[in-house]
Amino acid sequence: MDVLGYIISKYNYWGFVLLMMVGMYAMIVKNNLMKKILGMNILQTAIILFFVSTSAKTKATLPILEHGHGDHAIHAVDYINPLPHVLMLTAIVVSVATLGVALALALKVYKEYGTLEEDEIFEAQKKKLNPEMQEGEVNS
Amino acid sequence: MIWPIDIIIISFVVICGIAAISVKDLLSSAILFGAYSFMMCLLWAVMGAVDVAFTEATVGAGVSTVFFVAAIFRTSRRTRD
Repeated sequence: MDVLGYIISKYNYWGFVLLMMVGMYAMIVKNNLMKKILGMNILQTAIILFFVSTSAKTKATLPILEHGHGDHAIHAVDYINPLPHVLMLTAIVVSVATLGVALALALKVYKEYGTLEEDEIFEAQKKKLNPEMQEGEVNS
Repeated sequence: MIWPIDIIIISFVVICGIAAISVKDLLSSAILFGAYSFMMCLLWAVMGAVDVAFTEATVGAGVSTVFFVAAIFRTSRRTRD
């Protein structure tokens, strides 16, 4: 089976798919806001892993020229493609900025409602919007 | 790229990620996320992206973990899932 070998040899991309599914699951299913932020970060690093995997080569070295000022011809096959690395360097910095903003918003939510669980926050919001509603009518 | 090291580190990354989102205590979740980021940094060093590995080691494993620990210290450690 040549197809099976082809699928197995793309193990980097399978790791990317697994990590992205873990992050999406944490963002959608988890009830705690801190867990949701963690899942968002895992999703971002998974996407960075995909882009860096596209630039990886076997039998190639780091993208630093060995004979910078000589008359040698430079073969691009001997070096790893550095363009996705540079793009993903920006993505890492953007991801830590996103993390800071998300944690600041979570701190504000905690100061307002005293909890980080999503369903408790929704209950408190409903109670704040119409205070005369009784406890039994909340689930409507 | 050396493929046995690559496969071992990828499996460590996936295990750390799943453990970080499934543990019940938020502080240990943050520490597991730091371990996840450090494994990711090793993975990029193996794949030849050394500049990305440097940035991930300082920003991902360092600053993100400090942010998480500070935020958890100011809120609560308890979680239900």
